[in-house]
This record gives sequence, structure tokens and C-alpha cells, in this order.
Amino acid sequence: MVEELVFVNFWSSPFGCRVKIALEEKGIPYDYKEEDLFNKTSFLSEINPVYNKVPVLVHNGKSICESLNIIEYIDEAWSDRSPSFLPSDPYQRSQARFWADFIDKELYEASKKIYRCKGEEQESGKKELLRILKLVEGELGNKPFFGGDNLGFVDISLIPFYSRFYTWETFGKFSIEEECPNLMAWAKRCSQKESVAKSLVDPIKIYDFIFYLNKYLTK
Amino acid sequence: MADEVKLYGARGSPFVCRVKIALNMKGIKYENFEEDIFNKSADLLKYNPVHKKIPVLVHNGNPISESLVILEYIDDVWKGVPILPQHSYERSVARFWAKFLDEKCIPALKDVGSNGDEKVVAKACEQLQILENELKVKGTKFFGGDNINLIDIAAVFIAYWLAIREEAAGIKFFTEDKFPKLTKWADDFVNCQVVKDTLPPRERTLAFYNKMFGKINGV
Repeated sequence: MVEELVFVNFWSSPFGCRVKIALEEKGIPYDYKEEDLFNKTSFLSEINPVYNKVPVLVHNGKSICESLNIIEYIDEAWSDRSPSFLPSDPYQRSQARFWADFIDKELYEASKKIYRCKGEEQESGKKELLRILKLVEGELGNKPFFGGDNLGFVDISLIPFYSRFYTWETFGKFSIEEECPNLMAWAKRCSQKESVAKSLVDPIKIYDFIFYLNKYLTK
Repeated sequence: MADEVKLYGARGSPFVCRVKIALNMKGIKYENFEEDIFNKSADLLKYNPVHKKIPVLVHNGNPISESLVILEYIDDVWKGVPILPQHSYERSVARFWAKFLDEKCIPALKDVGSNGDEKVVAKACEQLQILENELKVKGTKFFGGDNINLIDIAAVFIAYWLAIREEAAGIKFFTEDKFPKLTKWADDFVNCQVVKDTLPPRERTLAFYNKMFGKINGV
């Protein structure tokens, strides 16, 4: 049967970037559809009626929503293609899910305070972000990747945010390289991978987008 | 070697309850450690240093935190009655709804205070309507079909805690005429053998909510 796979995304979304990396890692062919988040189509509300958000993966007409959910789906539906993103050991699998969930719940929200707020709120966002990054760096330890020798579930969950380091550092006036040198080394290592290099958005483009979006939102 | 399973939790917590239901489904014997959340044990802080929260499952000395992560772990390790479906697409659907409950639905329900703000109540009803529609479309007794699955377990707050919270707040919106399928589901769910003995006593739960809403003796 001919597989029909449509990946619906918006270019700046770090969540969409996760899905792109996963698809590229497994070498799965797909059609891409860009949604304009400022002018969403009725197609998006059909395939994601609960959230009306990107990314969405539509596989043979069935939609899968929420980026981490999509990555697990890709891992299971194409389990015949390497690499596997989740470890085979149940305990290691639970730890990978825990850390991806932690990143999902806390990182994006903390980071928004850095570029959307000023004064005390911005400072608290910065503190929170560094707490999260340091915890995650601790989990990485001496491993080349969270997944061990190769990119895994946690690597794919986190690496898209590398495109935002420049934005966070510029707005927050701090250096991630200074605060989390091992994590920075990990990010550079990840971006050597073809799937990641192909998928990461240019950090300057992200900065400009966020800068202008802030102006638009505070009008 | 005999499995050593410990659960750090609190009787009143719906998140802990999720784990107890899953352990019951698989017939797993475990040692229960009742935590005082205002005076957390050294063990809990050691096993969940990131969030310092319950529930934590400790299996042969290995700790797993976050209720949905724990549920997946239990399903991975112990065969028998399944918590998640077999097919990859159905699994992604189950995970999607479990996440919806945690990120959108339950927070909206918990936002309803005793002041009965109309907008807040409307938002809560919107989330319940999404679940009502899902049950209508499925046409089955449970979200899992004829038997309970991850989604049903994740929704235990709605099945049991919500009505008690409404009574304490004096605001009733989860009614049979508004949500006929979901209220029937709630009834059927709390009467499941594996669920019954995990639920805390009603009077104690009501007393907790009364205290939370600043009411003494329900007044």
C-alpha cells in the first residue's frame, strides 16, 4: 500500500522541528504543508480540532497531534527502520519519557518570560530556565547524547531549542556556554548530525521573528 | 528474585489513584508509603529530586515519577491486562487524550472556584464537552472500549473527585442533562472492581475541599 504522510508545521516551531528531525533520522518520505499561524486554515482545525495547533502528522488520513506523541508514533509505526528513539529497556524508556516530559512542561514556558517580560519577571524566567538547563545537563552526564551513542527521544525533544539559545542569551543577557558548557558541547555535537542540521532553524531568523512578534503582541 | 514494588503516595491524590488502579489491573503486590505532602519524607525527596512530588513508583530500587510515565512503565514491564492499546495509532490516540486531561481539561476544572465565575465555568464545560463528544463518537462504555484503558484511568479525577469538589464549591456543572455519556461513564468507572478500593472516603475528600474553599462544616 502506498503510504500517505503529511507533516503540517509552522517554520519557527521547535515542536515541529522535533518531528522533522525524527522523520529525517528514520529517512521516512513525507509531504510538507506549512500553516500560517496568523491565518490558520480550516484544514488544521479538521486535523487537530482539540488544539488547532501544529505540528500534526497525518498518516493515511489519520492525524496524530502533540510533538512527543508524534515521535513515539513514528518510532512504533516505523519500528523496522533504525534508529529507535526510545530505549528497549523499560526502565530506561521511563527515564527518557520523564525527561522529555520535563522539558515539554517547563522549558518553553520559562523561556517565554525571558523574551516577553521585563524586570523581575524576566529575571525569574532566566533563573528558572537555567535551573532547567542545569538539571538536564546533569542528566546528560558524560554521555555523548541523552540516547547514549546516538540521538534518542530526549535529544530530539531538546535540540530544537538550540535555535533559541541566541534569542534567550540576547534578551536575558547571559551566556549558555558559560553556565552549561557540557550542554553547549552536546548541542554542537547534535547539530553535526544530518537530520538535525537539515531541521534546525537559523537562530538569527528566530530572533528576528520573536523580536517582531513581541512588538506585534504589545501593540 | 521476587519483585519489590513500592508506591510513595497519598490516599487523597487522584494522580496516585491512577497508579493504584494500574497496579490493581495487573495484579501487582506493592508496599504503600503514605506521604504527608506538608512534611515530605527523605525517601520521597531522594527518589524524586526534580519535582519532589507524589506519586513515585520504586521497582527493585529504581524510581519512576510522573503518573502517566509510571502507567506506561507498568504496562511495559507487566504483561496481562493491557493499559495501552496494541496498535500504534490507537496508542497515539490514548496518549493524546491522557495528555489533554493533564494539560487542558483538569486544570480548567480546577480553576472553578466558589465564586462561580461564568467564564471559568464555561471553559470547564467546554473541556467536558470535548470528552462527551469523544464518548458519543466511540459509542462505547469506556474510552478504552468495553474495558478501561489509559484514558479512563487518567480521567479518574472527573469520575470521582469532580462531583465532590463541586459540592464543596457550591457550583454544579457536571450534570447528567449536560453530559449524559460522561456522567454514565463516571458511574461505570468508579464501580469497576480495580477502581473501587483505590478511591479515598467521600467524607474525607469533601472535608478537604471544604477546607480549601474556606468552609467549615460545609457552610
